[in-house]
Amino acid sequence: MIPKDHLFDFMLIHADTSLIISQRLSEWCGHGPVLEQDMAMTNLALDHIGRARLLYQYASELENAGRSEDELAFLRDELDYKNLLLAEYPNTDFAFTVTRQFFLDAFYIDLLDKLSGSADSRLAHIANKSLKETQYHYKWSSDWMIRLGDGTEISHEKVQNAVDRLWEYTGEIFQPAECELGMMEAGVAPSYEELSDSWHQRVNSVLAEATLKKPQSTWQQKGGKTGHHTEHLGYLLAEMQYMQRAYPGLDW
Amino acid sequence: MTIEELERKFQDRIDAEEKIEAKDWMPEEYRKTLIRQISQHAHSEVVGMLPEGNWVTRAPNLKRKAILLAKIQDEAGHGLYLYSAAETLGVERDSLIDDLHSGKAKYSSIFNYPAISWADMGAIGWLVDGAAIMNQVALCRTSYGPYARAMVRICKEESFHQRQGYDILLSLSRGNAAQKRMCQDAINRWWWPSLMMFGPNDAHSPHSAQSMKWKIKRVSNDELRQRFVDMTVPQCEILGMKLPDDKLKWNPERGHYDFGEIDWSEFNNVLKGNGPCNKERLADRLNAHLDGAWVREAAMAHSEKRARRTA
Repeated sequence: MIPKDHLFDFMLIHADTSLIISQRLSEWCGHGPVLEQDMAMTNLALDHIGRARLLYQYASELENAGRSEDELAFLRDELDYKNLLLAEYPNTDFAFTVTRQFFLDAFYIDLLDKLSGSADSRLAHIANKSLKETQYHYKWSSDWMIRLGDGTEISHEKVQNAVDRLWEYTGEIFQPAECELGMMEAGVAPSYEELSDSWHQRVNSVLAEATLKKPQSTWQQKGGKTGHHTEHLGYLLAEMQYMQRAYPGLDW
Repeated sequence: MTIEELERKFQDRIDAEEKIEAKDWMPEEYRKTLIRQISQHAHSEVVGMLPEGNWVTRAPNLKRKAILLAKIQDEAGHGLYLYSAAETLGVERDSLIDDLHSGKAKYSSIFNYPAISWADMGAIGWLVDGAAIMNQVALCRTSYGPYARAMVRICKEESFHQRQGYDILLSLSRGNAAQKRMCQDAINRWWWPSLMMFGPNDAHSPHSAQSMKWKIKRVSNDELRQRFVDMTVPQCEILGMKLPDDKLKWNPERGHYDFGEIDWSEFNNVLKGNGPCNKERLADRLNAHLDGAWVREAAMAHSEKRARRTA
């Protein structure tokens, strides 16, 4: 049996990551580099918000404290958000957006694959649905890494810069939080060492095809899973939570 | 065949309700009118993403956020079908987009009004999409085949958009005083601009007569506007809200609602570029296009490299 609070925290890490990345992606709405990519990014945002909802709904049931999916999504303090720092990094430009997505997708594609065989059937069901979406996201983001890396001199420089800049947020993905350790022990979550190996293999192969260099720097930021975020998250939450904070407790 | 004979034969086909297809002969003016109208419609879908995009990041709950995203995604898709329909007439999407950015091509003036509260997402869906549907349902029978088929597909999605807009307002109308206030305020601001969407009165509509003859346009501006008013008034009553027109009244003799005169000086000014958001909307589109240039170039360069490697 997995302790319920571990399962709850685990849901929040991934629900929050999905919600925050969805929020970032949806900032592109109407401003994409070409109409087809505007649609693709809206589609990613939509998949992520759908996933966030399934995870929050499950979290809400696990917590059994009467907090709805919306209360979990909109009415917590910044310290209680457990999303990966990578997800909150600003869009900056298309190269950053693609790189951020690629680093996350390269993790989720394996995590979800493992979780879809999880002993927790509800989690397995959500993972299975999400995996199909992430396979498409991974294709989108890895294809764009290659296009931009092996495109023009300008695009190469921009995407290399994004890889270098975002690299310090990738280590956190594989540093298990307490709940993740608990889930691993219970055999519900896969080993993060294995996931990290697989992530590096994927990243190596895509960066090589994209003619991009893998950064050498080893220092890694952390804090997302324990609620210590970058300065960027506060602004994102202020915007996202505006209606719920301004008009508490209403139906919309 | 002489031009006159070709034109007569063309008109006979139109009169017999035959659809004109991309490769068929057509008068140059017919082609130009369609390119102007279809591209204007495509631009409207794309510019129309902006006022709603303005609220995606602030939508009040997860369900509304997801629905709004899906709606905006549909609009991008409509833009794509319509650009493709225009391309069947021998123009390139890029040149149409350049015309938008230079101000040569128009888009629906309605998107030059600001979306300043959450209730605007409801009013845009209910009134703006509602008015658009009136037009688009009529266009499903337009004489140019690719346009008519694009409209059939678009209409199916638009009616979902209208319902979701109405549903937003329905929730607000059943809410607290603040919600009712924002609901009424949004209706006040969007009502008249929505009526303007049908264009000038028939007597002052410059392109209408020829378009009706060619069956590009099937129903006149004033008739569509009347249908819209007749449909909307009872829906507004269900919301318990008021439409901002003192002259609005059921006329049993006509079997229609009478309504007040539109402020055509506002209409003409917004058309001329003086609306509250004309400059922002165009700048947003232009900046997105310029900022995205390196991405489009990279995609092109990469696919050329690929082609060379496999050659």
